[in-house]
Amino acid sequence: MSVVGTSVARKDGIGKATGAAKYADDLSIPGMLFGRTVRSTIPCGRVKRIRYDFDTTGFTIVDRRDIPLDGRNVVALIEDDQPFLVERDVRHVAEPIVLLAHADREKLLAADVIIEYEVEPPVFDPEASTESLKTLTIDKGHLDAGFAQADVIVEGTYRTGHQEHVYIEPNGVIAVPEDGGIAIFGSIQCPFYVVKALKSLLGPKAHVRVVQTETGGGFGGKEEYPSMIAGHATLLALKAGLPVKIVYDRTEDMIATTKRHPSIVRHRTGVKRDGTLVAMDVEVILDGGAYITLSPVVLSRGCIHAAGPYRCDNVRIRGRAMLTNTPPNGAFRGFGAPQTIFAIEAHMDRIAEALGVDPVTIRERNALVPGDTTATGQRLTADCSALPVLREAVERTDFRRKREALRGTNRGIGLSLFYHGSGFTGSGELRLASKAALELTDHGVRILVSSTEIGQGTRTMHAQIVAETLGIPYEDVDVAQPDTTLVPDSGPTVASRTCMVVGRILQRCAEDLKRRLGDLTPAEYYRAHGPFTIVREHEPPGWIQWDDETYTGDAYATYAWGCDVVEVELDADTCEVRPLHLTAVQEVGKAIHPALARGQIEGGSAQGIGYAIVEHVAMRDGVMANASLTNYTIPTTLDTPAMDIVLLENPYEDGPFGAKGLGELPMDGPAPAVINALRHLGVDLSEIPATPERVMSACGSR
Amino acid sequence: MRLTLNGAVTDVEAAPGRRLLDVLREECGLTGTKEGCGEGECGACTVLMNGQLVVSCLVPFAQAEGAEIRTIEGVGDHALQQHFMSEAGAQCGICTPGMVMTASTLSRDATLEDIRIALAGNLCRCTGYEAIYRAIQRARAATSA
Repeated sequence: MSVVGTSVARKDGIGKATGAAKYADDLSIPGMLFGRTVRSTIPCGRVKRIRYDFDTTGFTIVDRRDIPLDGRNVVALIEDDQPFLVERDVRHVAEPIVLLAHADREKLLAADVIIEYEVEPPVFDPEASTESLKTLTIDKGHLDAGFAQADVIVEGTYRTGHQEHVYIEPNGVIAVPEDGGIAIFGSIQCPFYVVKALKSLLGPKAHVRVVQTETGGGFGGKEEYPSMIAGHATLLALKAGLPVKIVYDRTEDMIATTKRHPSIVRHRTGVKRDGTLVAMDVEVILDGGAYITLSPVVLSRGCIHAAGPYRCDNVRIRGRAMLTNTPPNGAFRGFGAPQTIFAIEAHMDRIAEALGVDPVTIRERNALVPGDTTATGQRLTADCSALPVLREAVERTDFRRKREALRGTNRGIGLSLFYHGSGFTGSGELRLASKAALELTDHGVRILVSSTEIGQGTRTMHAQIVAETLGIPYEDVDVAQPDTTLVPDSGPTVASRTCMVVGRILQRCAEDLKRRLGDLTPAEYYRAHGPFTIVREHEPPGWIQWDDETYTGDAYATYAWGCDVVEVELDADTCEVRPLHLTAVQEVGKAIHPALARGQIEGGSAQGIGYAIVEHVAMRDGVMANASLTNYTIPTTLDTPAMDIVLLENPYEDGPFGAKGLGELPMDGPAPAVINALRHLGVDLSEIPATPERVMSACGSR
Repeated sequence: MRLTLNGAVTDVEAAPGRRLLDVLREECGLTGTKEGCGEGECGACTVLMNGQLVVSCLVPFAQAEGAEIRTIEGVGDHALQQHFMSEAGAQCGICTPGMVMTASTLSRDATLEDIRIALAGNLCRCTGYEAIYRAIQRARAATSA
């Protein structure tokens, strides 16, 4: 029997296709009120006065003074700097100040709260900001000595904009008073993050239970912000003594919640005539927004990936995330890497051009191979697949011939080579110490993890790993709904770790359980001996050495590798870029469920195409000016290219059945491949999205 | 107000200016119809009104008087629904009811291009649409076999 490697039926059942699956907004609890967040309308300043210009009868009104005495007004995450409700200082537009709840939504929306401010000048340009949220430097070799060997020096500056997640289900939670504390039901990626934030809000002894409801997409957008919404709903529910539902509409979701960090990346690269990279000096600047939130770790991942999948002895990468008066930017699939990989991959084509070689040759010469070291000094082993993915993509698309054939037409073709570290950076997984559990049921086993199903197939893939390891039918494995009082903390559902890390813990649980069962099936053992649960903690490989101070060592346990080839057509009249075809060759260790793996790559690639071409957040005075799906567009069926997906498997020895993380990898490749295809057409662009306006001005200058 | 809801004549009391979407979800308990944007762009709230696809967030309830409304709960295209799941055409699933409603109006001999054009008003952020095309094509192939 082999269930791993086959595309079994999803554990979700038919509910998602019949409308029976219940998302947060589908739930209604008797007596439930609706909640609303009153937000700042200025980017920087102080609250002077709050006036309630409506009949407050029947309203529950909460401000900062309603935070319990045992609690703190901070959304606990990495640093304790972001408040649930403004104390006095306003750092960005849409910062929460007052909360309202009412049984009647019409009345709730009509209530007028007038807030007077003392206004201060804001900072919107990260390069003009004097306050850094995090800085770091990666140093390898001797930069000056490297440049001294160079025949050619190539410089470039690359910019990326905000990107909005556009999960089709906006954020939403319901808070229900329970056992003197609170229960949260909501659209949540990381239930234990919410627990941590609510324990900070209510005090460490408070009863807090967080239950994930069916979640309509996350992509990182429901990693940290649900803690804020849950806190708001909690404060209202505790004051009212009734359940409170807060569901954002699309505009509020776009204006108030996190986005991908905009970036400016500068490259100065020394290269020999034969194409060998000898020195790479990289500067990475991220716009962090108004609070620290996750910016330090986004910067970290971004910088670690900034030298690309290339061998170079002399590297310096300096990164800084800067404070600006915009809503905090946060987690978004790829987590800093799509920005820096865009820069290096666009830069590599410029290096190739400077040397008069083609984009494949420059990459072939420098691509990492087993035995090479990365910018942090990590020595790669046999699971490094940069050249195999490059060669497969080039051959499959007949890249070189096609590039010649398209010359002089309105079509261009470009490629990108990339990698993505699986799991938390460095010693992060050791610190997380994630746990997973298996419990016996009367017909098999049940998986207990806090890892969430947000569309990617967590439940299905975990069940396959457990069934295969135990040698029992897939149908005999259940997956518990994440409820933080019932499941162990298996860590957040982020960082391409849910299969590779949590799946591996489950595999170990299943191995232990199998030994215990002997010749009995789980159901037989359950009938003979009663309930039994096995819990295991993650054991990162012992060889991982990482220094958080110097940014040296084994940044990730392994990497997944990809090469994308994109063919675009440029409309000469409108300067619109149409993506015609995308080939994605991605090496993922082992595809536990090939159809789901392919689904991750297709979906991630479409998000990458959107990032490259159409997804433009227009920030005006510190607020998203196009906060609607009419004005911020994501690729429709007509904007998404035909895709050819190739899965390669080069196993990672400590992953379950060899699996690596693959969720974020496909986000990294499309944007540089598109920009390189435009370069092939003679359009010199170094900024995304490649909107018609930008393409037109680039065309004007050629 | 009287309408035919998933084949059954139904009386519903609701303000004429309310969105059909809200009336379906809150008065009729039919929460399979989803709200993604509230402005007719994402298609998650797609239902059939007198056989025509409409985005129910843009339809005032008054317009539904006497109409025949069909939602995901009454679409009855089981092959299509099953193929959405088996082909991984549903990931997070929030767009799926709207996708199924739109796809249910496609003719059996719809080409890939027909499918892409028909679904252009239904946004999906998870799949890149490829698995949705596969689901629809296989369901069509299965029912015509």
